[in-house]
Parts: sequence; C-alpha cells; structure tokens
Amino acid sequence: MRSKDEKTWRLVSHIVLIILSFMAVMPFILLVIASFTDETVAILNGYSYFPEKWSLDAYRYIANEAVTIFRAYGVTIVVTVIGTGVSLLITSMLAYMLSREGLPGRKVFNFLVVFTMLFSGGLVPTYLVYTSVFHIKDTLFALIIPNLLMNAFNIILVKNYFAYSLPSELFESARIDGAGEFKVLRSIVLPLSKPILATVGMMTAIAYWNDWQNGLYYLNDTKLYSIQNILNAINTSVQFLASNSVTGVTMDDIPSTTVRMAIAVVGILPIIIAYPFFQKYFVKGITMGSVKG
Amino acid sequence: MKEERNLWPQPMTLEEIPKKNKTKFSHWIPFYIMGLPGLAYLIINNYLPMFGLQIAFKKYNYAQGIWGSKWCGFANFEYLFSSEQAFRITRNTILYNLVFIVLGMILGVAVAIFVNEVISAAAKRFYQTVILLPYLMSMVIVAYLVYAYLSPNTGLVNAIIRSLGGGGIEWYSDTVYWPFILVFVNQWKTIGFSMVLYLASLVGISKEYYEAAQIDGASKWQQIKSITLPLLKPTMITLLILNCGRIFRSDFGLFFQVPMNQGALYSVTDTLDTFVYRSLMEQPNMAMSSAAGFYQSVVCFICVLLVNGIVRKVNKENAMF
Repeated sequence: MRSKDEKTWRLVSHIVLIILSFMAVMPFILLVIASFTDETVAILNGYSYFPEKWSLDAYRYIANEAVTIFRAYGVTIVVTVIGTGVSLLITSMLAYMLSREGLPGRKVFNFLVVFTMLFSGGLVPTYLVYTSVFHIKDTLFALIIPNLLMNAFNIILVKNYFAYSLPSELFESARIDGAGEFKVLRSIVLPLSKPILATVGMMTAIAYWNDWQNGLYYLNDTKLYSIQNILNAINTSVQFLASNSVTGVTMDDIPSTTVRMAIAVVGILPIIIAYPFFQKYFVKGITMGSVKG
Repeated sequence: MKEERNLWPQPMTLEEIPKKNKTKFSHWIPFYIMGLPGLAYLIINNYLPMFGLQIAFKKYNYAQGIWGSKWCGFANFEYLFSSEQAFRITRNTILYNLVFIVLGMILGVAVAIFVNEVISAAAKRFYQTVILLPYLMSMVIVAYLVYAYLSPNTGLVNAIIRSLGGGGIEWYSDTVYWPFILVFVNQWKTIGFSMVLYLASLVGISKEYYEAAQIDGASKWQQIKSITLPLLKPTMITLLILNCGRIFRSDFGLFFQVPMNQGALYSVTDTLDTFVYRSLMEQPNMAMSSAAGFYQSVVCFICVLLVNGIVRKVNKENAMF
C-alpha cells in the first residue's frame, strides 16, 4: 500500500541524511589523512584528501615525545575518573536529601539549587575566588573542581528520579528493619538508580574529558596539562612542542604541519572508539536535558 | 518515648511508623550530613562568586582582593560603556545567538523529520550516531578541523583555490567570511543535538494520525504540514523561549577557539564571553572585565526571569520555577 509519494520522501530522506553524515565525518577524515601526509608535501600542496606522498614521520615524532602525551593522558584520565566519581557521590547525596518529603528547610535548599541555574557570577569573580581565596592555581584541583564538579541540573534530574521512579515502600521497609539512612542510600537507592546515574555520569565524564577551559584559566604549569590543554597550547603556538620537548628537539626538527594533526588524532581516538558503546546514554542525556534546557 | 526505645529492635507495624509531620528533628540529621558536601560546593562554586560580583563596583587591588578593594561607584561601567567595545560585544553576542537559535530550530526539525522517515532501525541509529558525532567533540578539536580547511598556507580550501589559479584567501585575518564560518561551524556541531531533541518528541506522535490522513489521501507534505509541525509546536516554542533566555551568553569555545583568538577578527568574533576572558587574562583590565561580567550576569538573569514568565504562560510544565 506504499504510495509513490511516500517512496520519494523516503529516498529524499536517505539522500539528505547521507550527505549530512558525510559532512559530519569528512573533517575528521581530513584530519587523519593530514596526519599521515609527508611533511614537505603538506607544506607545498597543503592538506589534502589525496596526498601525493604518505608518511609516518608525525607519529614517529610523537612516539619519541610519548612522555608528554602519556602524562597528559594520565592527567585526563585521573581528572575524569575522580571528577565523575566525586560528582556522582555528592550529587546523589544532595539529591537524596532533597528528595525526602517533610525535611525541614527543604524548600530553602531546593531554591538554593535552582537559583544557581538562573543567576551566575560569571568568570571574573569565579576566577578571583578560586585563585585568591582557595589558591587553586597550578594544582590538579583546578581541573576537577571549578564548574564541572556538580550542577543544579543533574541534581534535579537525580532528585526527581529518587522521588518519582523508586517505590518509596522499599526504603520504608529497610528503615523499619533498622537500616541507617546511609545504608538505605548505598544499598537500596543507588543500585536501583543505575539508569539515571549512568546517564548523568556519562555526561559528566564527557564534560571532564573535553574540558580545556579550566586548564586555560588556572594552569601555568604545563606538567599538569590534560590532553585538551596540550591541544589548545599547540593550537595557539606550535612552539609549545619545542619548548616542552623531552628529547630536546628544536623547532626546525619538528614536522609541525603534520604533527599538530597527528596529536589531534591521538587526542580524539579513544573517545571515537568508545563512542558507539556509550552513544545510547549520550542520546538519553541529551533528551533528558531537553525539558529544562 | 521510653516505650519506643524499648521496642526498637523489633519491627514496627505500619501504624507505628512516625507520621511525617511528627518526625523528630534528629531523624533528619543524616540527611543534612549527606547534603552538606553538595551544598558546600554550591556555596564555593556559585554563591561566593555571586557575592564577588561586587568587584564591578570596586577599584580592584590585587593585594586586597575582592572584599578588601575600595569602592568606586559606577566608574568601571562608565569606562566600559564609553568604549565602543561594549556595543560591539553586545551586538555580536545577540545577533549570533539569534541566528543560531532560528537556524538551529529549522534545521533540527527538518533533520529530525528526515530521520523519522527512515524505517530501518539500524539505519536510523547509524544516521543519528554519525550526525551527533561533532557534538561530542571539544571546541579545541573543532578548531583543528577548521584549521585543516582554512589555514592560509596549508589549508585544503586555499589549496583548491590555488590549483584553480586563484591566490588563496587570508582566512584568519579577513573579517568578511567569519559570520558565515561561525554560523556554519555552530550548526555543524549542534545539528545532531537539536535533531535528537526534536526526534524525541516526534516518536511520541501517535501513528494513528498519519494512518487516518493516508486514508483521506493526504500527501506526505500535507501530513508534515498539518500533523507533524503542529504537534511539534509546543517543543519548538519551549526550546525557542528557553534559548532566548540564554541570548546574552555566548559559546566561549566557538568564538575563542575557532577564530584562533585572532585580533584582526575581533570586530566580528568578539562576544561578551571572549571579551571578559581577554580583559581578565590576556590584556588585564580589571575595570573593563568586571564591569562587562556584571553587565552580562545581570542582563542574563533578567532574560531568564522574563523567559520563565513567558514559559509559565505558554506551557506551565516546562517552566523552571
């Protein structure tokens, strides 16, 4: 019973979506090919999808300087793991508190959370508070604490899940059995809330993995740079590679035109490989965000 | 009291569970302890900076910090608004956001409708995954991708222009192209995101509407016009209004990373956020920076309140408070 009209629409949809998919992917392909291009060819002809000569020089250079990249990866992983873990912990504890009906002062606390979504001090006072009151500059805390550790939106998502998606009789009965509130949270509420915690945790982890702003604001010490900070520094000046070299190369030795692309490839590789596996949660995180923006 | 304590090890019956309004205060103490770290973080990360906004009315003195510096009235604001930069950054922020919002809605709805037309679940998932990929990337990576195309010496676009006999374009110093580049990059990065949002409300539309329309002989376009779009309207309006509440906030990454912070481009790439950053860290000018930051925070707040008022009228469920 399929009409011709319907078939045309379906065909047009496929064509449009294939074009869009190409547009989404082509820049990444250029990035990868550019990183495998011979340095002199790249300088002479520019980046191209069909380079005249291929080469592994850029990756050879990175392998020699692997310490820098490994350290940056280490920083990124540590920051992402600790940040996401602590974030989930304090978010779910606060959400649990806010989800309890009858808690004295609940309205005030709720307001304190919601108000942070409406009004913000912005960069200047935040920067001054973190640097001159808490002296966070050039510590690992600088990559973990400012802005990313917890946000009102996640608290509300988790709180609503606790309040509306869990059967309250369940923890009532645990309480009757004499379980303390911490035990109820740990062994009943959290295990039952895996779907929301996975989604919120995934979005937090992506935010940490991708973050370059905290490093830009609070780090001068390049040893603490995450992979995004390294990429940012190279983008600002390729000179960064020479001045932070472990093998003592000079600017002239660096195949800089292709190396910058190779480092970018190394930087995005893990997240692209992992993407198909967490795509589901990523989509879910976005859709949940739609309601409250 | 005593009886209650004696009973303790034995399970209580339902009637014996304390009624909520009679709960003892001590019962709540574990909850307060749980909430403490989170609340402490909100105070440090959100509330101290809010009070710190007073720095906009002070002459900042590094040694004395936010709280100790001397008040100077509206001097910082006079300084900011007497420069032509205030107008420029406000204009750029608002105009770019307006284009992003309108275009994002049109393209997002269109792509969502196309994806919804696809029947095969695997193909649907494939398109979604691929089109959403740019949204997953940080702006630093996006800046690399743009550079691969636009680098004056080694970029792909100039290579093509040269091979056709042209001279190549100085992309990173010519302002003419940047409004288009920034809009393109923004849409390229966010189209998957808005598609996912609209798709979520599209799949909620009952198939029966379409079946009925087909029996009446409605064409696909007529179905979209008179079923899909009207039913998407609440989502569109809500998102539109919510985005308008953020019209004074710009995407710092987009405007800072993608044009590579090139001074020659500031007239078309500088927004409130890049300006505040630059005058805080690169060319320190605390008066300018704090005044611009205060201006942004307050106008943002007013926008959010206005928008929330409107949302409440349109669709109460979607209001934030």
